[in-house]
Order: sequence, then structure tokens, then C-alpha cells
Amino acid sequence: MEKNIISVISDEKQEYIINMGPQHPSTHGVLRLVVSLQGEKVISVQPHIGYIHRGIEKMCESITYPQIIHLTDRMDYLSAHINNEAVCLTVEKALEVEIPDRIKVIRTIMSELTRIQSHQLWWASFGMDLGGLTCFFYGLRDREKILDIFEETCGGRMLVSYNCPGGLMYDIHPNFQKHVKEFIKYFRKILPEYDQLLTGNVIFKERSKGIGPLSLEDAISYGITGPSARASGFSCDVRKHEPYSAYDRVQFKEILFTGGDTYYRYVARIEEMWESMNIIEQLIDNIPEGPFAVKMKPVIKLPEGEYYQRVETARGELGVYLISDGNKNPYRLKFRSPNFVNLSVLNHIAKGFKIADLVAIGGSLDLVIPDIDR
Amino acid sequence: MDKIQLGELIKSLDTELEIKEGKQFLEVTVPPSKLYLLAKKLREREDTQFDFLFCLSGVDYGQDLGVVYHLRSTKFEHVVVLKSRTSDREHPQLDSVADIWKTADFHEREVFDLLGIKFANHPDLRRLFLDNSWGFPLRKDYVDDINIVTK
Repeated sequence: MEKNIISVISDEKQEYIINMGPQHPSTHGVLRLVVSLQGEKVISVQPHIGYIHRGIEKMCESITYPQIIHLTDRMDYLSAHINNEAVCLTVEKALEVEIPDRIKVIRTIMSELTRIQSHQLWWASFGMDLGGLTCFFYGLRDREKILDIFEETCGGRMLVSYNCPGGLMYDIHPNFQKHVKEFIKYFRKILPEYDQLLTGNVIFKERSKGIGPLSLEDAISYGITGPSARASGFSCDVRKHEPYSAYDRVQFKEILFTGGDTYYRYVARIEEMWESMNIIEQLIDNIPEGPFAVKMKPVIKLPEGEYYQRVETARGELGVYLISDGNKNPYRLKFRSPNFVNLSVLNHIAKGFKIADLVAIGGSLDLVIPDIDR
Repeated sequence: MDKIQLGELIKSLDTELEIKEGKQFLEVTVPPSKLYLLAKKLREREDTQFDFLFCLSGVDYGQDLGVVYHLRSTKFEHVVVLKSRTSDREHPQLDSVADIWKTADFHEREVFDLLGIKFANHPDLRRLFLDNSWGFPLRKDYVDDINIVTK
């Protein structure tokens, strides 16, 4: 009898390797994590990616700039509009095109709506990962209202492709302002409910406070951006540091916390939704008159050179590094995608925690797999 | 620090470096043998403190293969671009900067996967997206008769 107990104990000291994914409900896509465990404790996490690698960077080398925009939708499908904007801004910067105010304001409103709907879906699935199924219904119910606005404006619900080099594909729908204002009014009432449901919940706090802490130095060294980094106190909001579109004419504050754990990554996103609503409210009544697109040449050729443009997606900093040789398609186009970089920290912050906490930590990083694989 | 001051400072570190004031950022071309030391200096010096490697991209320039490092200082908000090229297409190799900036770990694996550039002293240099039977698709001489249609 005694002998058996000893053998059980020595077994526990051994490393046990399990495979999480590629089909796993909490990895939100085809991410495969090879986890070494000692009992329930995580020793190391090795991400294996590439299951949906489509070679977007290679494809971009053989297509034209207006076509590239439709591929960027498929990277981070929850920040589709912001990805489109990144490529458009790069092209416009290279051609030195002056963009009318109307376009800038509409782009900013659409970006912020995109950010809200992305955070709503993240909130819904994060709650579900931790066992609160109610969140999923609440989140998706409210997200639908934004998707309806998108559908009315540009026909697409998720993959909007609303931008084109030089402006927008079409003008906004006559009901756009009315519906956005209705949504903001509705969501200002609903968002405190999110807090009541999850933020104040004792079980939720137990499962998120102190889990997966990330220090400021590590956040910078690992290159983490977005709400995940701002929860660690890394001031990296591109909208503040390098304002593009209409962000220089609105008042908003950068959400910064110093906790750096799963709970603060969660709170940072909730607070960002409030800030996004502030930004939209400042702009929605002041959309200037003017054209919705600048007339561009039918074949866009960028002057020879290198261009770098960064934007703030819902998950962090998306960088577009474009090398042009003067042709109608880029010589090299690199997307510095926020999720790819954010994934690299997973092993560092999940080490030493329980396997159930790995789900919470992964959820709090808000990974979107097509953006990692590209 | 603005671009001109930064250029002079980097020039004082090593007079042989080729420094170009680009449209957007200051661009420094470094020979592969000096890359690691320069990167370490730029990271550790009190007056530069480039602590945030925000983009690392591999590029096939036709003759040469190269890697471009975009560095920013979170304290001073200045940016510098380091470029390093190697003309060896059979066994291209550069020094890894993964111990200076931890984010370089994943970025360098991606560059190795898609362009075949090896990084010496990298902690875990394996292919990232593709398996070993693939070539290096981001190279300009990559041939795929089925999926790449040339007009």
C-alpha cells in the first residue's frame, strides 16, 4: 500500500505533455498549444501555428493596392475596418494625397465602432471561457446592433472593405448618424450591466486577479501592444502618440493600469469601450460636408521607396511596412500584426499557473488566429 | 532627439556605418558582422535606449537577402531603422538579437521560415508556419507552378 503511494508521488513529478488544439473551444481558432504539465501546473507552453497560413504577404506581391485591401480584412477579421485603413493610409502617405475631413471623420467613427464590436465579442467569449455562458448571449446581442449599422453602410457585416485608396467606397447611409446615436444611447445603459455580470463577480475575480502577471519591462521587451500592454502600464496607444485620421481633433484618455494581470487586461478593454463611445459622440454630429473619396488614378503606382504606417487595432499596433519599386504592386509588404507578437508572451506569463488559468490568460490576450498566421 | 542628432550620435559610435536620412525614419545600413554589437549599444546606451523592437522584417532584394529592424525608444520616442544585408543566398546567416529584445524570438523564426535566413545564437530556431518540406516562399526565386500564376 505504502509503495503505491510513493510511486504515485514520483509520477506526479514527471512532466506530462498534452495537446491543446487545434480544435479546442477556448483557443478561438486553429491554434495548437503543446503544454507540459506537472500535475496541474503548467511548465511550458509551445504554440504551434500555421494551420491557416495563407501567405498573404506573398499574395500581396502580385496584386494591386486596391485589391490588397480586401485581403487585409481576412487577417484580423474583428478589426477589419482598421486593417483596411492601415493600407489606405500607407498608400495615401506614399502618394502624398490630401484627404478631406469628411473621410477622416467617417473613418474614425467606423474604426471606433469596430473597436467596440471587437471588444464585445471578446467580452462574450472571455466570459464563456471562464464558465459564464450568459456573457456570450449579452455580448452577441449587442454586437448585432453594430453589425447592422455596418451592413446598412457598406453591405458587409464583418469583412467590410469600406475603405479604398483615397477615401471610401460609398458615402454613408442617410440613417447612419441616427442609428449610431441610438446605439450609443442604448449601449451606455447596457455597459454597466456587463460590469455587474462579470467585473464584480467573486468567482471571476478569484480566477483573474494575480493570474498571468506581465511586468512593464517584459511587455516592452516582448513588444506587446494594445490593451494587454496598457494594463501593464506601457503607454503605446498609437491614437495618442501618432494620431492618424481624425484622432487629433477628439479628446480621449489613454487607458493605463499598472496591475498587468488577467483582471487588469479585462478592465482595460471595458474602459476602452467607454472611451470609444466618447470619441464617437464627439464626432457623430460634426461630420463635415464634402466628397467621400478623392479621385485617384485608375492604376495606382507608388513612388519608389519605403513607407511605414501604424494604426491601433482592437488588439494593438498594426504596422504596414511597404517597399515599393515603382510598380503597380508592392515589392515587399510586411504586416506587423499585433496578435503574432502578443502570442509570443504566452509561455512567459502562463508558466507556473494551473492549466485552467491558461485558458483565462489566453482569453485575456484576445488572440485572433488568422492575424497570427496571415 | 531628432533625426540629425541621432544620425550624428550613431556616426560617432562607428564611423564606417552608412547612414541615410529617409523620408520617415533614420536608416542605418550595418554589415552583418557589426549588427549585434550596434544593436546592443543602441539598447543599452543612456541617451538612446531603443527598448522597443516594433517590427522585424526579412526582405529579398534580388541579389541580397536582408533583415530590417525598426527600433523605437519608449522614453524618447525616437525611431531608427537598422538594415543588414548578406549576399550569400545559399547559407545566409545573421546574428540573433533575441537576447536583447525578446520579441525578436518569434520574428526571427518567421524570417527563417519564409526567407531561409539563419540566425546564429537563436534560442529555438525552428520553422514556424510551414513544415520542412517547403522551400522559402517569400524569396523572389521561389517556384510554385500550381499556385502562382504568372501572366
